[in-house]
Amino acid sequence: MLRLFANAQYDFISVRRWAYGITALFIIPGLIWLVVHGLNYSIEFTGGTLVQVQSKVPADVAALRAGLDRHGLHGAEIQGFGAPNEFVVRARVAKAGTDANDTQATADAVQQALTADLGAGNFTILRTEAVGPKVGGELRTKAFLAIFLSFFAVLAYLAYRFEWRFGLAAVIATAHDIVATIAFIGMLRLEVSLTVVAAVLSMVGYSLNDTIIIFDRVRENLRKHKKESFAQILNRSVNETLPRSVLTHGTTLSSLIALILFGGEVIRPFAWVMFFGVFTGTFSSIYIASPVLMEIEKRWPGELARGHLAPKPATQAAAGGERKTAPVG
Amino acid sequence: MSSSIRNRLLVIGLLIGGSIYFLFPRTVTLRVRGADGIMHDDTVTRVPLKRGLDLQGGMHLALELDQSKQVSADPKKDLDLALTVLRKRIDEFGVEEPVVQKAGDNRIVVELAGITDPARAKSIVQRSAFLEFRITDKTGALEKALPAMDRTLRGLGVKGDTGAGAGKPSAVEQLLGGDSAKPNAAKPGAPKAGAAPAGKSAKPAADSAAADTTPVPGGVLSGLIQAAGSAEGGGIPGEYAVPETAFPRVDSLLNIPQVARQLPRGLVLRWAAAPTSIGVQSFRYLYVLDDRPIVTGSNLEDANAQLDPLTNGSIVTFQLDRAGGRKFGEETGRHVGDFMAILLDGRVQGRPPVIQSRIGRNGQITLGNKSLQEAQDLALTLKAGALPIPLKIVEERQVGASLGSDSIRDGITAGIVGTAMVVLIMLVYYRMSGALAVAALALYLLFTLGGLSMINATLTLPGLAGIVLSVGIAVDANVLIFERIREELVHGKTVRLAVDEGFKHAMNAIVDSNVSTVLTALFLFQFGTGPVKGFAVTLIMGIIASMVTAIFVTRTFFMIWLQRRPAMSTLSI
Repeated sequence: MLRLFANAQYDFISVRRWAYGITALFIIPGLIWLVVHGLNYSIEFTGGTLVQVQSKVPADVAALRAGLDRHGLHGAEIQGFGAPNEFVVRARVAKAGTDANDTQATADAVQQALTADLGAGNFTILRTEAVGPKVGGELRTKAFLAIFLSFFAVLAYLAYRFEWRFGLAAVIATAHDIVATIAFIGMLRLEVSLTVVAAVLSMVGYSLNDTIIIFDRVRENLRKHKKESFAQILNRSVNETLPRSVLTHGTTLSSLIALILFGGEVIRPFAWVMFFGVFTGTFSSIYIASPVLMEIEKRWPGELARGHLAPKPATQAAAGGERKTAPVG
Repeated sequence: MSSSIRNRLLVIGLLIGGSIYFLFPRTVTLRVRGADGIMHDDTVTRVPLKRGLDLQGGMHLALELDQSKQVSADPKKDLDLALTVLRKRIDEFGVEEPVVQKAGDNRIVVELAGITDPARAKSIVQRSAFLEFRITDKTGALEKALPAMDRTLRGLGVKGDTGAGAGKPSAVEQLLGGDSAKPNAAKPGAPKAGAAPAGKSAKPAADSAAADTTPVPGGVLSGLIQAAGSAEGGGIPGEYAVPETAFPRVDSLLNIPQVARQLPRGLVLRWAAAPTSIGVQSFRYLYVLDDRPIVTGSNLEDANAQLDPLTNGSIVTFQLDRAGGRKFGEETGRHVGDFMAILLDGRVQGRPPVIQSRIGRNGQITLGNKSLQEAQDLALTLKAGALPIPLKIVEERQVGASLGSDSIRDGITAGIVGTAMVVLIMLVYYRMSGALAVAALALYLLFTLGGLSMINATLTLPGLAGIVLSVGIAVDANVLIFERIREELVHGKTVRLAVDEGFKHAMNAIVDSNVSTVLTALFLFQFGTGPVKGFAVTLIMGIIASMVTAIFVTRTFFMIWLQRRPAMSTLSI
């Protein structure tokens, strides 16, 4: 039979400091970039108007922008979108002198400017999205709530199924994934739309999935291999689940590559975020979730982990302080 | 074959049968409006899996009460009323499975699939359709009030040229939007032409503060408003003409509260819906009307669009209900010889006809050169009733049908390529067991789609991407099981025992990891909008289907396999 990474015995845990360094090297510049440039929110969140146009005649971007300006739409963005004859017009600011929450005026103004510039009948409007700032604000709140609440729901579930130590470690790993993904989104200048938020949440689910499978193995091995140290148990668990990880990530990445290549322009940001999520999720399950679990267990040992926390003399000292923190779970 | 395998196969058969049943193309009857504008039943055969607006093209609108012109006394009640009215209108509009529902406390969501004329749909949704009949003023009240108005304006410092109100768009024009206001009238620069002469001569009369009715020479308004009779013979009492170019400016001037106050109580000013050409010049009629309508659209029973056989213009005929008819008869009987204006959304439609005798329940609105379709839309909105308060669009998403079908094609291409790669990986890596997993994957797809169809879910573009993605993730459960079986085999267990243990031990990990994904998907569903909700639903359905296939279907396949080859000592895994 074909087996990849069968009986792998990599020492993942001992090189964890290197892994911390690598992730810091990615996240810190990413976050600095974010603070400087900010996230590129889609009009769903900022409010504004987006019109996707297919044009029969080549669009003169400068002239079109000037035309939009004449119609009271200042600072509109014009961007190619997938096919060479398609572009999107994004107006984040409502038409001058109109109520921004009444999206009609701006959408009409874009259409008028297009007609004036390209000529009536020379273009087709493929898609219009017009969102008032009020609705945009609501969507922003909802997206934030969705991420925030699902975070706690998962924490609660893990605390229930495993114990709080595992849950905390998994959530810290997830937090790392979210931060890394946001840094990735910032650096790629991907537009943060609701679909991208959905991708971030799916990525969170996927990464948690990975962490849970390793933790499930850790729990099993803690019972099975009483003599091994906690680091050994972690290494063993990661190694044992390695073939599964490689295969599942492989099939998931195949699906995502198909989506990136063939899925169309609208879905591409979603696929990119998930694509990145597979890597950061795998990384964090091994290098964040597992070491963090070890640190937590060292400080507040759980019942299962107690026997595995070497060295022996230290356990005596630790045992004194331990009684105060009654074992939970 | 053991009975347990038979029972398992029965369950699988039922699941397959159920999924096929829910996905089987069926004939549905729809009520649609044909090209002739008449509603009729139509039947189509199609797969009963709903496509979202982003896949089939369509329009999503979120509407709120527009209280900028008219403040609602009871917004909750008005919104409910607006909802009922919109439902009736949209039903008549003839779109397949429209959605008209309340979202939150203050918003109405309208979803129209597959529409080709978004502007028309928007005007039907937004049109207030408030119909009323008012008698025109016979006392010449505006002529008498004009000097006082001009003096007030001068007091406010309004010179002929750029007035206080000229900068902002006029109220009426905003209210009716693109309905009848011509684009050129919307430009603030336009009124200058008509107003310039008035401005030049404004100074000499600055000190004249005589009696009320003395005309103010060079007054801003009196220079622009003239009794219609002088512009064209045989004018209607209460009818005034304003050059079309000066219309927005005059309108905003008349809306200044201090100016409006000069008009006697009991009278209101209303504009004509469209400009009228007199000679080479274009004029807009202004009417002075009784502020009390003799009857309103709430008494309307029926309305129909027709072509006038005489003029070939479009007309809308209507019939009032019994109470409305009686009131209409009484009032018109009292006003024989007077002129009656027909107003729609505050604009006078056509020129007011003279009341020749008592009028009963039937009447008509002349729309002149507007298309029959516009007349049909008007009849439709009139019949459905008026909106209590105008609505404004706070969110609009609209996808053309071509983009929708492109998205479906892209999604299917990505799905086929992705699935092919996953199948290849599974076959190469797990051989015969991989083939079982691939068979399970096919069932997984069938169950997911059947399940979505069963719960009447809507397939959206992110949802489609979710299915493509889930094909990659769905094999995870199988991978977990297979890897576990391999481990057990490596530990020297027999094939049968290894399979049993593999399924047993993998279960924990499968359940835990899937529950946490469902939890995140539930929050997505709760907080997402249409397309994202579709994604969450496919994700949840996909997880359920993946657990059923991995835990139950693949298990059964293995049981059959092991039963056929009881002596098997090595497993093709």
